[in-house]
Amino acid sequence: MSLPTAPAPSLEVSGLAYAYPDGHQALFGVDLTVDRGERVALLGPNGAGKTTLVLHLNGILDAGAGTVRVAGLPVEKRHLAEIRRRVGIVFQDPDDQLFMPTVREDVAFGPAAAGLRGPELEDRVMTALKQVGMEEFAARPPHHLSFGQRRRVAVATVLAMEPEILVLDEPSSNLDPASRRELADILRSLDVTVLMVTHDLPYALELCPRAVILSDGVITADDRTQDLLCDDALMRRHRLELPFGFDPRSVSVPRP
Amino acid sequence: MGAGHAHKLYRHGHSPVHALPPHCKLAAVLCFVVAVVSTPREAVWAFALYAVLLAGVAAVARIRPGFLLKRLVIEVPFVAFALLMPFVVPGEQTELFGVHLSVPGLWGAWNVLAKGTLGVAASVILASTTELRSLLLGLQRLRLPPLLVQIASFMIRYGDVITDELRRMSIARRSRGFEARGVRHWGALAKTAGALFIRSYERGERVHLAMVSRGYTGTMPVIDEVTASRTQWAHAAALPVLALVVCLLGWTV
Amino acid sequence: MHVPDGFINAPVSAVAGVVAAGAVAVGLRGARRELDEKTAPLAGLVAAFIFAVQMLNFPVAAGTSGHLLGGALAAILVGPYTGLLCIAVVLLMQGILFADGGLTALGVNITVMGVVTTVVAYALFRGLTRVLPRTRRSTTAAAFVAALVSVPAAAVAFTLIYAIGGTTDVPIGKVLTAMVGVHVLIGIGEAAITALTVGAVIAVRPDLVHGARGLAAPLKLRVDGELVDAPAAAEPAPAAARSTRKVWGAGLAAALVLAGFVSFYASASPDGLEKVAADKGIDEKVQEHGAADSPLADYGVKDISDARVSGGLAGVIGVGVTVAVGSGVFWAVRRRRTPEAPETRTPESV
Repeated sequence: MSLPTAPAPSLEVSGLAYAYPDGHQALFGVDLTVDRGERVALLGPNGAGKTTLVLHLNGILDAGAGTVRVAGLPVEKRHLAEIRRRVGIVFQDPDDQLFMPTVREDVAFGPAAAGLRGPELEDRVMTALKQVGMEEFAARPPHHLSFGQRRRVAVATVLAMEPEILVLDEPSSNLDPASRRELADILRSLDVTVLMVTHDLPYALELCPRAVILSDGVITADDRTQDLLCDDALMRRHRLELPFGFDPRSVSVPRP
Repeated sequence: MGAGHAHKLYRHGHSPVHALPPHCKLAAVLCFVVAVVSTPREAVWAFALYAVLLAGVAAVARIRPGFLLKRLVIEVPFVAFALLMPFVVPGEQTELFGVHLSVPGLWGAWNVLAKGTLGVAASVILASTTELRSLLLGLQRLRLPPLLVQIASFMIRYGDVITDELRRMSIARRSRGFEARGVRHWGALAKTAGALFIRSYERGERVHLAMVSRGYTGTMPVIDEVTASRTQWAHAAALPVLALVVCLLGWTV
Repeated sequence: MHVPDGFINAPVSAVAGVVAAGAVAVGLRGARRELDEKTAPLAGLVAAFIFAVQMLNFPVAAGTSGHLLGGALAAILVGPYTGLLCIAVVLLMQGILFADGGLTALGVNITVMGVVTTVVAYALFRGLTRVLPRTRRSTTAAAFVAALVSVPAAAVAFTLIYAIGGTTDVPIGKVLTAMVGVHVLIGIGEAAITALTVGAVIAVRPDLVHGARGLAAPLKLRVDGELVDAPAAAEPAPAAARSTRKVWGAGLAAALVLAGFVSFYASASPDGLEKVAADKGIDEKVQEHGAADSPLADYGVKDISDARVSGGLAGVIGVGVTVAVGSGVFWAVRRRRTPEAPETRTPESV
């Protein structure tokens, strides 16, 4: 970051507020900046507005107030196609994400919608599948895969769009320990900005040097993940609990 | 009719029939069935020839006869209707084993059974040699409205997911000691159906979000285009052309 | 009820195919207008739901069980356009993937089970919900009646098609009595399940029931921590309501006439197809129709031509009414949409 003109941050959210059409207000002025190449965990209790925030990042929900910028580009109607290519959201249920009849077509969907065709498209698909170690399953229908494999393919569908930022909604949910570790290895190997929404605090600690807490629709804490997890009072205040026997102090994480 | 369409017909294989492009096969089966339906019922020999033709295709496709026959059971409700015809159709009467039967009724029953059976057999051969995915591509190639093909492909993709949800709900019911035995339990079952609808609809909304997130704007990008060579068309045309010849002979002979 | 190949002759199958294709085209346009780009995923998922729910067995008694046909349910839950599309896709897939229903009979199957069922059910449902008080119970009751009538209406439509293009000259009057009789029984089951299911959905997500959107509670907005009433959601403007009321009235009256027809035949042959089979099966002569107390019996007994004419006539009237109801609904729905369109935008602009 010592360059004279640093690249625009991958994600810049400022003063974002939003109320659902039914009147329920979920966000009350969120400020969050994620620099290029960072891996950030977004923590928070149920109902804190995490999913609502995620849906703003690619313009599915329109900001009631405030702005969202992706790599300098404001999230507005006229930029939506570009924004959606740059922000790759991996949803919680891979069955929702994998809607095409075969793995290959599903991974191809995003780039094809952006206009890619022929060998170039094929290339992009295979690269994305290799990144998650699923290239042998290209011809399979998604419902014949295990849950962990489906989650990995879901990541590939987003990677195929070569996004600026990868947004993962509860990536470790419902995974067995081995799949959980495999996914962590994949995510670590990627050279892309990551925003990870999760309840899985050890996973956040393992993967993300930095973490923010979203509570009652605002960012209430933003620090090194280890420091946040060690702050017992803060954790309790936001209904965040570590698994039994897990001590964040005992883990040595590489300093960024 | 009948409950359950759970068993898939497709049998994996590498026969020449498997290898044909899906839209050729779809067109061939449709033309074949049209020829069969247009054949006069009095030409009994023609139907025998059709059956031989289908048996030939099944042999080339390496489908076991037992498998084919088992799938014909699907016809049963209409077999019942056909069997009724000799008794209820007015007209010239004949006597068989001391039972009065009507001649037009017998012809009618024969007509429905022969044509229906041939139609089902042709469809079974199609379905057991063509993958679901390629069938959809074939329909798309045959110029079915793209939106309809999309709906069908979503139905295929999520059919299993939703059937699984239904199964899990049924296990949950039974685990709590509920066993539907009669009409008085319909309320609970209907609640299951209602919950299943809500889940399906909400999933549809989530799928839409996932699609929009990846750049969907209402049209599906064409990723695979199936193509057929002249030879493949010629191979696929063998069945309907022979059937057409038989049909024409049936009218003239 | 899936009609196989060879049951209906080729020309009539082709005509039915054209009718079905036209109806599907109307459905595609209508669904697009209602759901926009959401059409494919939502209709696909609802089709998968219909497909799955047909596997849910409803025990009747002593080991027998029935299952839902789903036409009325689909129409009430997602509207006639999307509902029709869903049923058509389910039938198409059943025909191609499971050899269930002949390929040449696909048009007949879609016309009978898709078009007639959804249109009749939706027309009756909307008509009744307009007339009855706006409560959940009356919505459920309307769903019951709509499903009850939709099944025998499909049977009547099938009989008409059979009368024109059947490959065997079965006396149409008898086909009609048998078909309608049996399908009234099926319709009762269908009605009960449909009403219960619609009730279950309304209890949890009333907004998802297409035919009952007026039941939703008014919206509130939170402004500076205070709850404020949101501007009223698009209600049909009084002028529009007046202009369509006649259409609705006519449609409902037509539907009730149809219902009258159905019950007329229902009482005529409570025994159904099995009874017909038992009566005729062994030795009895064909002409001595078992249902002597039937209002139609005299047609059947005297001579055949008379029976055919009158039976055919009944079929024509029944289906004529169905068609009238159908076109009435399409017309009404189309006209209603125009005045409403600008209003649906108001909540967004506030």
